[in-house]
Amino acid sequence: MAVDTIAPAELVAPKKLKRESQLALMWRRFKRHQLAVVSLWIVVFFYLVAAFAEFLAPTDPSAYSARYTYAPPQGLQFIVSTEDGGWAFQPHVNGYKTEVDPKAMRRSFVIDPEEIIPVQFFAPSKPYYLAGFIPMSIKFMGVENPRDPFYVLGADRLGRDMLSRLIHGTRISLSIGLAGVTLSLFFGIVIGGFAGYYGGWFDSTVMRVVEFIRSMPTIPLWLGLAAALPKDWSALQTYFAITIILSLIGWTELARVVRGRFLSLRTEDFVTAAQLDGASDWRIVTRHMVPSFTSHIIAAATLAIPGMILAETALSFLGLGLQPPIVSWGTLLQEAQNIRTLATAPWLLAPGVCVVMVILSLNFFGDGLRDAADPHGR
Amino acid sequence: MLRFVFRRLIAMVLTLWAVSFVAFAIIQLPPGDYLTTYLATLSANGDRVDPAVIEALRVQYGFGEPYIVQYWKWFSGILFRGDFGQSFEWKAPVTTLIWGRLGNSILVEGLAVLVMWFIALPIGIYVAVKKYSLGDYLATIAGFIGLAIPNFLLALLLMYLSFVWFGTTIGGLFSSEFENARWSLPRIWDFLSHAWAPILVLATAGTAELIRILRANLLDELKKPYVTTARAKGLPEWKVVLKYPVRVALNPLVSTIGWLLPALVSSSVIVSVVLNLPTAGPLLLRSLTSQDMYLAGAIIMLLGVLTVIGTLISDLLLAWIDPRIRYGSK
Repeated sequence: MAVDTIAPAELVAPKKLKRESQLALMWRRFKRHQLAVVSLWIVVFFYLVAAFAEFLAPTDPSAYSARYTYAPPQGLQFIVSTEDGGWAFQPHVNGYKTEVDPKAMRRSFVIDPEEIIPVQFFAPSKPYYLAGFIPMSIKFMGVENPRDPFYVLGADRLGRDMLSRLIHGTRISLSIGLAGVTLSLFFGIVIGGFAGYYGGWFDSTVMRVVEFIRSMPTIPLWLGLAAALPKDWSALQTYFAITIILSLIGWTELARVVRGRFLSLRTEDFVTAAQLDGASDWRIVTRHMVPSFTSHIIAAATLAIPGMILAETALSFLGLGLQPPIVSWGTLLQEAQNIRTLATAPWLLAPGVCVVMVILSLNFFGDGLRDAADPHGR
Repeated sequence: MLRFVFRRLIAMVLTLWAVSFVAFAIIQLPPGDYLTTYLATLSANGDRVDPAVIEALRVQYGFGEPYIVQYWKWFSGILFRGDFGQSFEWKAPVTTLIWGRLGNSILVEGLAVLVMWFIALPIGIYVAVKKYSLGDYLATIAGFIGLAIPNFLLALLLMYLSFVWFGTTIGGLFSSEFENARWSLPRIWDFLSHAWAPILVLATAGTAELIRILRANLLDELKKPYVTTARAKGLPEWKVVLKYPVRVALNPLVSTIGWLLPALVSSSVIVSVVLNLPTAGPLLLRSLTSQDMYLAGAIIMLLGVLTVIGTLISDLLLAWIDPRIRYGSK
């Protein structure tokens, strides 16, 4: 913080000091970390996509079309050449024509540059509910004739639109990351907090359990737990069950962080002072200790989200996590397991690109947050 | 040293016991017990089951008895007779099914650890000595990408690229003619020509992490006065670096195996499924989907045991190279 030199005039009439809140200070430190700031925007972008999935997705994620199985990505183009040789602005996609491979006797789609299908932004659509309760009848983009093919990122084996599925998958994958971390955080704070504040046998037991869980290979454990879920559970039940399973192992890291913080704070002067003042344990913990390390906890929680997302993706990829018809990055990637399918339709790997982007940016963002939260940092 | 080893061994036994408990809990998780499921499938196929056989199975596994009794029957079978129970799907004792596959798992994972060290060591030293050089930045970027791409995605990508570029599918560990052959020179060659892909995939994340740690450790060491002294005395630069700072910087690296190994075993399960390797992973997945729980429990337990033993070895290794841990603990 820069300290202003005090001019003599101000000695007479004391200037109102500019104060910055803890949050503003953190934000200032955070902004110095450019990669983290960029990552923050990427993360925000993905969460916005998740929030407005119905609006952004051109079609319903389970709407299929037998005519366009494995149709390649059309891409989105903005310029068309007019008849007189000039050009005009017209967002559009190209149509398909089918070609028959004489050797393999297989039909395949090829983009037909001649056929132009205009694309409308904020196109009217069938009425739907955004986030389940806001009635809407406009989509972000769409084609005028709903019978025209519109596959910006290609189609899968049932002719479902990859982009729409990806957008809806983003919602599930990101929310399961958040939900899992929230639950882990709850367990972590309660268990780690007790262990750190009271110490003693409870502390050592908890720490042994944490060490034990962390020394185990997690995927076999997760698989074992997930396999026990009844097959006839509804989508929502499976979703919550998977969240719980993920946080059963996820709480350990956060509990360790919380415990460490409690241990180091327990002997601080301000805590002793509060104790001598006769404050209750609850008040000391919630009013004095927790605020002093909230930012650390938030940073640790942010860094725990990628692990959750990865775990869900891995479980669903193996077929033991979320089950279709739920669309998540993992269930989408499950379609890409077969190498022959992958060779004909490499765009099925698109969810993988999203996974990598989100994991990377959450990691950078979390790192930046951690550095910014440290008051002893530069 | 002996006391250290002794203490670690006791800790290991306790951990192993906890592992067995977890594995058994997973066996018990699906609703209903096996025997009922087993009998249901048998009668669905129209087979008639001898009541005496059912009774024998009931006694052997202690079905219907309290949890702890069942646990003891299962656990003592493993402990005293090496009997992990019966796989109902394969109609064979679990032990005959898993050892070969587990051996493959150990082989692939062990090689992955070696490769990790083999790549990370020279690169880590290089980037620390040539700080902020082009190579350093490249290694940092590659490291971040290596950390961010999940292993199974990398395996998929590699499979796709080799199919598109070379027209071959990678996957498996052996060609069909070597599948059940004895180990020989051609078989080793065949193994290596298949195994490079999974080993490389498994090694990426760990390599990236190891380089990062080694770089940070070595940078700390290189700043210390004894390095300056060594340099001032006219030692050649390679000796200055390799003789002392690298050796000191290696110690924390050895201890990383403790968390590297669980992650490695974990990801090898899913990579094996993608690349269709004859390791424990695909068998585990299959047994879980068909609720063949004794097989699944045995694999989970053995993977856990494998990890614990690996961690113990790394701990002992660390104590061996670092006297501070041998004598200074507690």
